[in-house]
Amino acid sequence: MSDFSEEFTRPMTEDEQGETSVASGTGMHFPWLHKLVETVVIGGKKKKDFAQTTSACLRFIQEALLKHQWQEAAEYMHSYFQTLEDSDTYKKQAAPEIIWKLGSEILFYHPKSNVETFNTFADRMKNIGVLNYLKISLQHALYLVHHGMLEDANRNLSQAETWRYGEKSSSQEILINLVHAYKGLLQYYTWSKKKMELSKLDKDDYSYGTASRSMLSHSCKTSANLGALIETPGVWDPFVKSYVEMLEFCGDQDRARKVLTNYAYDEKFPSNPNAHIYLYNFLKREKAPRAKLLSVLKILYQIVPSHKLMLEFHTLLKKSEKEEHHKLGLEVLFGVLDFAGCTKNVTAWKYLAKYLKQILIQNHLAWVQEEWNSRKNWWPGFHFSFFWAKSDWKEDTALACEKAFVAGILLGKGCRYFRYVSKQDHQVLRKKIKRMKKSVKKYNIVNPRL
Amino acid sequence: MDLEEAREFQERCTQCAAVSWGLTDEGKYYCTSCHNVTERSKEVIHTESIPNTKIKAISRGLKRKSKLEKGWDWYVCEGFQYILCQQAEALKTLGVGPELKNEVLHNFWKRYLQKSKQAYCKNPVYTSGRKVTVLEDHLSHSDWTSDPELSDAHCLSLVESWAESQSDVQSRKPSSSTRASHSETASICSGSLDGVEYSQRKEKGIVKMTVPRTLAFLYLSLLWQREAVTLSDLLRFVEEDHIPYVNAFERFPEEMKLYGRDKGIFAVESWPDYEDIYKKMIEIAIFLDLPRFPDITEDCYLHPNILVMKYLMEVNLPDEMQGLTCQVVKMTGIGEVDFLTFDPIAKMAKTVKYDVQAVAVIVVALKLLFLLDDNVEWSLSDLAEDYNEDHQDKPWFDFRKWYQVMKKTVDEKKQKREEARAKYLWKSEKPLYHSYIDKPVVYKRREMVVNLQKQFSALADCTPAPGEKKPSSFQFNWTEKGTDRPCFHGHSLRGVLSKKGQSLVIKNSLYWLSTQKFCRSYCKHVTTYEESNFSLSYQFVLNLFSFLLRIKASLLHEEVSLIEKKLFKRKYMSSNESSRSRRVRRR
Repeated sequence: MSDFSEEFTRPMTEDEQGETSVASGTGMHFPWLHKLVETVVIGGKKKKDFAQTTSACLRFIQEALLKHQWQEAAEYMHSYFQTLEDSDTYKKQAAPEIIWKLGSEILFYHPKSNVETFNTFADRMKNIGVLNYLKISLQHALYLVHHGMLEDANRNLSQAETWRYGEKSSSQEILINLVHAYKGLLQYYTWSKKKMELSKLDKDDYSYGTASRSMLSHSCKTSANLGALIETPGVWDPFVKSYVEMLEFCGDQDRARKVLTNYAYDEKFPSNPNAHIYLYNFLKREKAPRAKLLSVLKILYQIVPSHKLMLEFHTLLKKSEKEEHHKLGLEVLFGVLDFAGCTKNVTAWKYLAKYLKQILIQNHLAWVQEEWNSRKNWWPGFHFSFFWAKSDWKEDTALACEKAFVAGILLGKGCRYFRYVSKQDHQVLRKKIKRMKKSVKKYNIVNPRL
Repeated sequence: MDLEEAREFQERCTQCAAVSWGLTDEGKYYCTSCHNVTERSKEVIHTESIPNTKIKAISRGLKRKSKLEKGWDWYVCEGFQYILCQQAEALKTLGVGPELKNEVLHNFWKRYLQKSKQAYCKNPVYTSGRKVTVLEDHLSHSDWTSDPELSDAHCLSLVESWAESQSDVQSRKPSSSTRASHSETASICSGSLDGVEYSQRKEKGIVKMTVPRTLAFLYLSLLWQREAVTLSDLLRFVEEDHIPYVNAFERFPEEMKLYGRDKGIFAVESWPDYEDIYKKMIEIAIFLDLPRFPDITEDCYLHPNILVMKYLMEVNLPDEMQGLTCQVVKMTGIGEVDFLTFDPIAKMAKTVKYDVQAVAVIVVALKLLFLLDDNVEWSLSDLAEDYNEDHQDKPWFDFRKWYQVMKKTVDEKKQKREEARAKYLWKSEKPLYHSYIDKPVVYKRREMVVNLQKQFSALADCTPAPGEKKPSSFQFNWTEKGTDRPCFHGHSLRGVLSKKGQSLVIKNSLYWLSTQKFCRSYCKHVTTYEESNFSLSYQFVLNLFSFLLRIKASLLHEEVSLIEKKLFKRKYMSSNESSRSRRVRRR
């Protein structure tokens, strides 16, 4: 609600050229230039004082909002309403939206404001200029949801659903779909509450049958609401998730799969990792063949190589029969550990340690070297410094052990991390460390046995 | 649903502004494009019970009649006359003598009507038959033909109402049937009789009346009466709403309907601009062919010596400076009657910008005393500060202290004025619309805005504005003592003067000219003002005064340069000299 940038980057009409705002092509905004340009009189045609004072008024409102001075903002709003009667038609048309955004922001935070005030304001603004009706209805509903008034929000959305305005309504199709979808989401909310109650019921309970039947019909109705929006390109995560959940409940697996596949693979949709995650989870629930799962995760790997599903991906790859999958499995592990957020992930290190050993036993030294070559410049500092050795050992000895093993393999036994950990005297781990030393001696890639 | 039947309903839809109506089963109109149902229902008597089509037709006929704007026949010039009357009335309540309205402005206006051939002449511009009849209609009960100077032909009834003000509104009759066809057929229309023609009229040599020109009329009358109101004062009163200007038409009697073309003529969306009104004033004076105005002598408010005194008080400068300013006035000759008196007939009619000139004299005096080169004034301030530590009773004027006080006060005032301007409500309670079809939409909008304003004013800070500010010639108040806004009026200039024989001499012996060379090309300005070329003190002083008079700093700079041109005539004559002229002046 607080983003006004679109107002200021809108194309300028002829007679306000260079007067209202200065937006450069790079998206930068120079407030001082704005002020300067405003005072310049172009071609002897002076901007009317009405336009000058109202744009000054807008500046004051924005300043007050920025400083959270809601009362002052309301005071200036009182004067700013006159832009609704601007004699410049273009500005008059743009006014309702600006006023709605400013006004709803003020009413959202103003100490004296309440739901009632907001409702009155929203209802008034809906009826000024038809074009904003849907947008305002939608935001109004979101406001009500925010205040926990789900029923009112639902009523509001139903009203918006029935709104028609000749040709204009077709140009706002996306908004209509959004209205439907939000209504669907609200219905989903009640549905999932019911589902929770149902799960508490005993299956043999006499009421179970009726309850589950009513849920079924409910979910079918809701899914119709959500369906339309999901077809249009965009990021609709919460809608897709609830839609699929209900479809699955109804037993309509095919439809669910279709929706998810479309959401993940349709090129018109923006790239969205969640789409692939949803699809993967769905396929996993369905117990789909490994090849299918692999192909989904492969795409996710390209988008988010640090995702926690990558470890699952690695396990799947390891189980595969193909050699190239085995190689990819190594790549994936290295890829995960490239990210700062994953440096303390014990499982990842454990997997890597295990896998390195396995691979070297299988004599695929070249694979390891290939991965290592691009990282040998920065991994030692990034993962295997003396500092890390000390702090890792202090925090998590298991992690330190795994890391030390990897360090030993990759950098040889002279590496400081390895040396620090191997020198530690630890009763429980003594055996493990000894074993580690042995393996490092045997498999490290620095002085490979020929 | 009968689209045919709904065809006569011609209002715009309040939702989508389309004119496309259908009838619902209940007989209400609904918009075919947005399905908005109106409150208005077709006046159909239940056709089932009385299936009489005649009744239906009659009721429809009546309806059509009520749609028309009923009001008086009035002319655009009458509208302006009404505004002028209101404005003159406002001036009267501000303390200006009643003769201004009853004699001076009245005569100017009659003269204008005559010169622009709208009345008091043999062949008034209104030639179309309809209009002449209307005029003659009123002529019958007009007894205002005794003025020998003016021709006796036509006289508008409002002219007679001048003296009685709005008291005789009842005597006007609602319009005749000719109006009906007029407003209904024409796609472009107006509430006034001649609004359309008026806005199209482009006669050479005729100065057309506009709302800003009403102020020019007012100022001319003030000048004629030699009232204690300068142009900048007048415009300030306008901006502070003490004189009707923006939405002046609001006060028209109910029966004077305004719409369509009248909107372009009477609606104003800007405050008056000093230079613009100044130009218009001269233009009108020439158009009216006015004789030489009454002399501005030394005892007139507009005489520089008196105005300077006023502005010295206003900006908190020591009274002692007056000695120097009087000398400047005398040396430059700007205090002479012939220079000060406005004479429109003279070649190159030109009148003095009394207020700007007086202020410019003060700027010159400040430059003489303190040089204002960002250097001398500060070292003189150091001296004064030292002296003042030991002499509390009669302190020397300390420029630095004055600067600090003024800077703070002006910045606060500036901020306040900007805020007040941003909050200014331009729109009239009585909205103007382009055509009859627009009316409900415009009124609906108005209602919406009023409702929204009500809602938000409840949320605004509840401290009521400290009352309507009373109009005053002064914008600053320096009487309070002991506060953080000390008063410098009584401070002595002894610190910047030194004794030489019997007389006192200004310590600072240097001077710099605001303009080295005047522009001689055909463009009208004499000089330019590029802020960054000047010292900060000079900029501050110019900004201070131009804020006070609500003019551009460049206008004041120009006036300062013109006074310097007169003061240092010899310097300019011998031309091509160095940038600094040395000059020591005695008091």
